[in-house]
Amino acid sequence: MCTTCGCNEAPPPHSHDHEPSRARQQVHDATRTVSVGQDLLAVNDAHAARNRHELAHAGILALNLMSGPGAGKTTLLEQTIRLLDGRVAVAVIEGDQQTSRDAERIRATGVPAIQINTGTGCHLDAHGVGRAIEELAPPPLSLLFIENVGNLVCPAAFDLGETRKVVILSITEGEDKPLKYPHMFAAAHLLLIAKMDLLPHVGFDVDQCIAYAKRVNPALEVRCVSAHSGEGMDAWLAWIERHQARCREEARSVGHTHHHDGVFRGANVNRE
Amino acid sequence: MHELSLAQSMLAIVEQSAQDGGFRKVAAIRLEIGRLSCVMPEALRFCFESVTRGSLAEGARLEIIEIAGEGCCPRCGATLPLDELYGICPDCGVPLEVTAGTEMRLKELEVA
Repeated sequence: MCTTCGCNEAPPPHSHDHEPSRARQQVHDATRTVSVGQDLLAVNDAHAARNRHELAHAGILALNLMSGPGAGKTTLLEQTIRLLDGRVAVAVIEGDQQTSRDAERIRATGVPAIQINTGTGCHLDAHGVGRAIEELAPPPLSLLFIENVGNLVCPAAFDLGETRKVVILSITEGEDKPLKYPHMFAAAHLLLIAKMDLLPHVGFDVDQCIAYAKRVNPALEVRCVSAHSGEGMDAWLAWIERHQARCREEARSVGHTHHHDGVFRGANVNRE
Repeated sequence: MHELSLAQSMLAIVEQSAQDGGFRKVAAIRLEIGRLSCVMPEALRFCFESVTRGSLAEGARLEIIEIAGEGCCPRCGATLPLDELYGICPDCGVPLEVTAGTEMRLKELEVA
């Protein structure tokens, strides 16, 4: 780009006597180049930053649960809520293309849930999640689960403002999924290898799966669980409690939690 | 098809730029898309056409500058080309840190 006037012409044949030829003048008039330099996800990321800020100030641990369809996210979530047994206030945001079946299953466990139907969309976005949080108004220091649309590709790219991303891979899916869908495993903080009770019946190499996942993301934590047999659920709950303690500590050090009686409620957050 | 969301997001950025920069027609949009990003350029082009119909960017040229993947070894500092989102340093055997190739950026616009 020409650094003198900002036009898009190469410097050599381009004089700056400001008496350009008529033809060149027409080119200048016809188009100009505007530098933008913005990430394509900038709009989503701005909403995500707002969600994250509000959640952090209220000391809420928000976990974005992601997996392919049928990995058992909802079953795992139902069992997790039962095992938490009311020790902490829980709220759930359910994402699916259609139906509110999952939200109904969660409500049956006794916790509030909101269903977001994405229609043709294959992932949740930060704007929709922000509105759902406003509606749910989870209390300070509570636990918020966001069950993303079943898809190992698209949800990886969209920050929701969650505290941590959890990817769930069931052992009926094949141990090489981390290499086939690396974005998801690279973005996650925790990998839950699910349906461990089926291990005697399927040829799944747990160690190989973990090795593949660590190749994509060396910092990834891993827990092996089964909602059905209960195996590993205590380790998963301990992980949640550790992160909750950290969230609460951070909110306390900022000293904002007692001013809220529900996150976003009355916060005058303009999300449009 | 997250390319649809990306195309909508791109149009929102273009519309905001038009408001800020006082232009009413976009002739070309230049994107930088990394080869390791989760974007398929062809899918993005397809979504772009349908999303921009009736907007100030209708008929605009979509120019995609592809950026090659690159990783850096955290131990020896070697820089290596990457075709996937992960790689191992051949000398140290440790995972590479991705340093380029995940970009999804709207670089500039040609406007009238």
